[in-house]
Amino acid sequence: MHELSIVMSIIDIAQQQAAKASATIVEEIEMDIGCLSTVEMNAFEFAWQQAVKQTVLENTVTRINRIAGKGKCLDCENIFSLENLYDACPDCKGYLVDVIEGKELRVKSLVVTRK
Amino acid sequence: MCATCGCDADGNVTMHEPGHQHQPTHEHTYELHKKVVHVEKDILQENDLLAQRNRGYFDAKNILALNLVSSPGSGKTSLLERTLTDLKGQLEFAVIEGDQQTTNDADRIHATGTKVVQINTGKGCHLDAHMVLHAVQGMKPKADSVLFIENVGNLVCPAMFDLGEKERVVIISVTEGDDKPLKYPDMFHSSTLCIINKTDLLPYVPFDMEKVKANAKKINHRLEIIELSCTSGQGLQQWYDWLKEKVLAAEPA
Repeated sequence: MHELSIVMSIIDIAQQQAAKASATIVEEIEMDIGCLSTVEMNAFEFAWQQAVKQTVLENTVTRINRIAGKGKCLDCENIFSLENLYDACPDCKGYLVDVIEGKELRVKSLVVTRK
Repeated sequence: MCATCGCDADGNVTMHEPGHQHQPTHEHTYELHKKVVHVEKDILQENDLLAQRNRGYFDAKNILALNLVSSPGSGKTSLLERTLTDLKGQLEFAVIEGDQQTTNDADRIHATGTKVVQINTGKGCHLDAHMVLHAVQGMKPKADSVLFIENVGNLVCPAMFDLGEKERVVIISVTEGDDKPLKYPDMFHSSTLCIINKTDLLPYVPFDMEKVKANAKKINHRLEIIELSCTSGQGLQQWYDWLKEKVLAAEPA
């Protein structure tokens, strides 16, 4: 259940940023969560519901951008969509593949309201 | 800044109600006090910052820090016991033990005469950089030593948390099944060395060594692989050579 640690980190970031902006309400939070980032979304949502209680994110609308995995083949330089970390290059069938997208775990922005 | 007139100097977008007028004087008539804060922060950045702090400490003291990860029962502690005993006098060691409960593992390491600190995570499923920071502050590992950080037995969660280690070593045993890398790809993707332990049991289990190595390499083509048995001693020399090579590589030029 590392998703709980991740949610706690998001709450910390949101609290710091809201305080910095002298905001009392966070209406919306936008996050990038890559499809290869080892976050299980069901576990994430479960942890979220429990962890945000009585925090600045309690009633916040979440906008999550799932970033699809993308790999680059080191043999033929082909760039292709990567569903699993063990996928082969569809062109040359090789496994010398570097992940170039899909590992993102990032808070993009908040919409806050000042009273 | 305001998309229309650029009126907010602190770089944040200000939203306005419909009907908001842009006067020549830049006064806003109906402001809703609502704004977009561009955060652009990695969610795990606090952990990553502390990990870099640990890394800097290890580099400055020429400590080779290794993060040992595996499922429970793969033989992490047995491998450490054997290594600490066999290389006594050749290398200086310190150990951080991570478990949810008990000091059993630390007691086993302590019995080899090695400096050890036990971290109990309680309900936590992984070590993080902050725990390691405090453990290191308490134990003060010697300069030019090897620091083994034995993570909580779990092939999932510890993959995400950088501790500041130089190398991540994933350990599996032949009793676990040869599809383990495919089932838990993240751990194999983030590791630099894979140790396949308990090779003395190969005659008794349906474990396809070539298949598991091929699967691990599919996930991480940079992964080095060492097969060994702590019980029979087979393959241990290769592990010791790997360790000594890394210690040499970590020394300042």
